[in-house]
Amino acid sequence: MLKDITLGQYFPGTSPIHRLDPRTKLILLIVYIVALFLAQGWVGYGVLLAFLLFTIKISTIPPRSILRGMKPIVMILVFTGVLNLFFTREGKTLLNIADVIIVTEGGLTRAVMMMARILMLITGTFLLTYTTSPISLTDGLEALLNPLKKIGVPVHELSMMMCIALRFIPTLIEETDKIMSAQKARGADFENGSLMDRARALIPILVPLFIGAFRRADELATAMECRCYQGGEGRSKMKILRYHLGDMKAFGMGFGLLILVGALAALGL
Amino acid sequence: MSTPILEVTNLNYIYSAGTPFEHKALDNVSFAVNKGEFIGIIGHTGSGKSTLMQQLNGLLKPTSGRILLDGQDIWSDRKLTRQARFRVGLVFQYPEYQLFEETVYRDIAFGPKNMGLSAEEIDRRVREAAGFVGITEEQLQVSPFDLSGGQKRRVAIAGVIAMEPEVLILDEPTAGLDPVGREGILKNIESYRRAKNATVMMVSHSMEDVARLTDRLLVMNGSKLAMDAPPAEVFTHAEELVSMGLAIPQVTEIFLQLRSLGADVSNVYTIRQAVAEIRRLKGGNAHA
Repeated sequence: MLKDITLGQYFPGTSPIHRLDPRTKLILLIVYIVALFLAQGWVGYGVLLAFLLFTIKISTIPPRSILRGMKPIVMILVFTGVLNLFFTREGKTLLNIADVIIVTEGGLTRAVMMMARILMLITGTFLLTYTTSPISLTDGLEALLNPLKKIGVPVHELSMMMCIALRFIPTLIEETDKIMSAQKARGADFENGSLMDRARALIPILVPLFIGAFRRADELATAMECRCYQGGEGRSKMKILRYHLGDMKAFGMGFGLLILVGALAALGL
Repeated sequence: MSTPILEVTNLNYIYSAGTPFEHKALDNVSFAVNKGEFIGIIGHTGSGKSTLMQQLNGLLKPTSGRILLDGQDIWSDRKLTRQARFRVGLVFQYPEYQLFEETVYRDIAFGPKNMGLSAEEIDRRVREAAGFVGITEEQLQVSPFDLSGGQKRRVAIAGVIAMEPEVLILDEPTAGLDPVGREGILKNIESYRRAKNATVMMVSHSMEDVARLTDRLLVMNGSKLAMDAPPAEVFTHAEELVSMGLAIPQVTEIFLQLRSLGADVSNVYTIRQAVAEIRRLKGGNAHA
């Protein structure tokens, strides 16, 4: 089912993670990603994994939903794993089939680490979109990018575009679902047949979907015009972002994590 | 009594099981539909009507319970499930948003083509279906996107009718149309039902329409089937309906008021009955 795609979906809640300032979450996500790429050995990864699991735990997002969100990246994961496993030749040979398929100790370690890295990267990113509503996310992004306005980057417009795009993902998924059901009711078959057949079977979905998207865009533009929308110039905010005590604690933990992982990496752990 | 064309027993359906969005959409629903019946489905938004309809042609698989089409469980065999899609035609809400082909003709032909029919049979069905909904020969060759809203809706309904389903299910087929458009669509549905002795199930928010057209009403409330009775009987439970967020036809309301004022009138639920009732009263007075 299409509904199972949870990419970019927001789970409403009131956990400490939900309550953090979006700017905090954005900065800490970057810190976390940097730490993830700094990590060299198992200890470093272990610390990061512990941090990630702790964050998931207090975010009250059901782990099953996070796992379900992983579905689309399974292919990338397998691909990365296989490539690293067979094409890294370091250390002791573990398996050698006719000198063609060679699995080395270094390759195995690398494959597992790369997969763990991707998995933890995606999970961390998901956690941000799961606990932050699209509006506060773009608010945070706009606030962080604000300095770029000085060099002429249309920050407000960009964040508005992102906000609208994020906002319409669930709507479009829902609409796709509806159109698919309707075409299935007329006997359309999306599961069987050759690759060409299946590609052709997408036409009855894509045409109405695009027409619907344009119609929606048009309606939205009209609605914005009616409310005298004119971009970021002189626009005030209903919710003004402020850092709280929780944000300070989160920053402390995040940068602590970065230093710890960095130190471990320097020691080669 | 012959076997009912559709029989639903103890149907349950849960959306997004195991997530925070888990929601029981159908709760132990059972009913049977006989061939040729015109059934109305009424219920407040979110009462499970749309979910129920998608169960009947095998688009959604019940969490538990059975759906028998002509006595056979539609989920017992893959072939039967696929057949159910064609034998039970489902017209979604705002079906005009699902048009995609270059011409009206080809869009109506989409369903029959998926059934694997011969070219002549497809042609016959497309023309016949177009006839039922009043689409002219010239309109068959234009792009569906050049038609008006009401005409698009007719084309979309023809697309389902062209599969010649034994059971035709429609989700609010007249939503968002002007009175002339509404009347036209309802007539189209009725003419298809007459011509093919088809069973029709229609979701509607218009109490007037269901009172006038249907033989029996299924009333959905909070995922449960609250009532299953002819309109005349359903509309005697005015208070209950109101508590479900539904209403009774205006004319029924007026006659209930008349009766409480002491007029000697029986319950009516269509304009025609109301006329007959008033005639009877006046006639009675003239003789007195």
